[in-house]
Amino acid sequence: MRTDVAARVSAPGGVGGFFRALWAIVWKDLAAELRSRELLSAMLVFALLVIFIFNFALELEPGTSASVTSGVLWVTFAFAGTLGLTRSMATEKDRGCLDGLLLAPVDRSAIYFGKAIGNLVFMLVVAAIVLPVYSILYNVNLFIPGLWVVILLGSIGYVAVGTLLSSMAVQARTRDVLLPILLFPVVIPVLIAAVKGSSGFIGGFEMSEIWPYLNLLITYDVVFIAIAFMVFDYVVEE
Amino acid sequence: MDAKPRLLNILDIITILLFVIATGMVFLYAPMEIVMGQVQRVFYYHVASAWVGMLGFLVAAVAGIGYLRTGKRSWDNVSLASVEISVVFLIVAIITGSIWARPIWNTWWTWDPRLTTTTIMVLIYAAYLMLRSGIEDPDRRARFGAVYAIIGFISVPLTFLSIRIFRTIHPVVIGSGDPGAEGSFDMSTRMLHTFIFSLIVFSIIFVDLLWHRTRLGGLADKVEQLKLKLVE
Repeated sequence: MRTDVAARVSAPGGVGGFFRALWAIVWKDLAAELRSRELLSAMLVFALLVIFIFNFALELEPGTSASVTSGVLWVTFAFAGTLGLTRSMATEKDRGCLDGLLLAPVDRSAIYFGKAIGNLVFMLVVAAIVLPVYSILYNVNLFIPGLWVVILLGSIGYVAVGTLLSSMAVQARTRDVLLPILLFPVVIPVLIAAVKGSSGFIGGFEMSEIWPYLNLLITYDVVFIAIAFMVFDYVVEE
Repeated sequence: MDAKPRLLNILDIITILLFVIATGMVFLYAPMEIVMGQVQRVFYYHVASAWVGMLGFLVAAVAGIGYLRTGKRSWDNVSLASVEISVVFLIVAIITGSIWARPIWNTWWTWDPRLTTTTIMVLIYAAYLMLRSGIEDPDRRARFGAVYAIIGFISVPLTFLSIRIFRTIHPVVIGSGDPGAEGSFDMSTRMLHTFIFSLIVFSIIFVDLLWHRTRLGGLADKVEQLKLKLVE
């Protein structure tokens, strides 16, 4: 079995080689993005549009309740996230990059973690810009470290599953419509826990009410990173 | 072409007979529940089909693991067959549940963990079927199906848990129920007999259908191979 962790990590270059390969992929994604800026700008504009649509749809007022705020934020992140996930895998696939990566003598899971970290960075950048904009527009204080922890944990879970599923979706005929359909039903635990956790921090609840959701997020992150690590080989195998 | 196995023929007949007996027990043997009346009889089908729905997804995930480990097409056939059957049974469970909920809860639907999770399960496996239909290469289709069946199966308990943290009104008839749940009741011995019998019968129906569907999948593979040979 290839899932033998020790054997996999000791592939060319050992643990150091694994991290060098991983870092090279993250760096490649970030450098390409810094030069073209097509992915981040699309995600950002889309995120702001979603917030504006919510403004009209829900008639958001300055100082709306904590639960509405966290709901709007997470729907925005989830939608912008799908956009980024599809795009980042589609560029790999269309320009033959993925085949090149697979031919390279690096561990397959380094490719997965590299792509996932790249996607995570994009999601966090979007969040870092959306949060201040939202707090100015609706006059809510979102500079709460606890909220940032929830966003980090939620984004990790979202991206862990999303990267795996988007690498499946880009290989299908119906790829543009497929990713949200595959992704949303399985990330519902992340979205529920993240919305509840965020509204807990924004509303200033007791930590004892927030902990169950944080624990759920951590569990989800650990479980799904482990599963993605084990099955990613089968997804990119030719 | 393979003839239909004799054992499968026998199982078909047994399944039909048992189902007739189960239906008879539900209407004639089981007593009428005093508070809820006749509508309570839907319970025997409701729980049994929900049980089959979940059993099917366990089978699909296990068969998915089996496929990834061995690469044998028969595992993939089992996985697909059991997802298809389970989707149908879960929809039956949701509809029968609604029929019961209308007079008892005074609503067709409520956002309870069990109801919501069941519906999300249907959505997950509808996505599974759509994923498969979008991929032509049979090996890749099988691999992706297996991966998604595993992911979906593992996410379901977490979904249930995440909604569970809110309150629930769904009755828990088996085991220690929350007395606050609306529409819960104590089963009499005859009810218990009927209930267990219908659980067993529905499980046998599942096995029978699974066998049929897996066999169909195997035959379809054979036809595909013969067609390829013809082209060569």
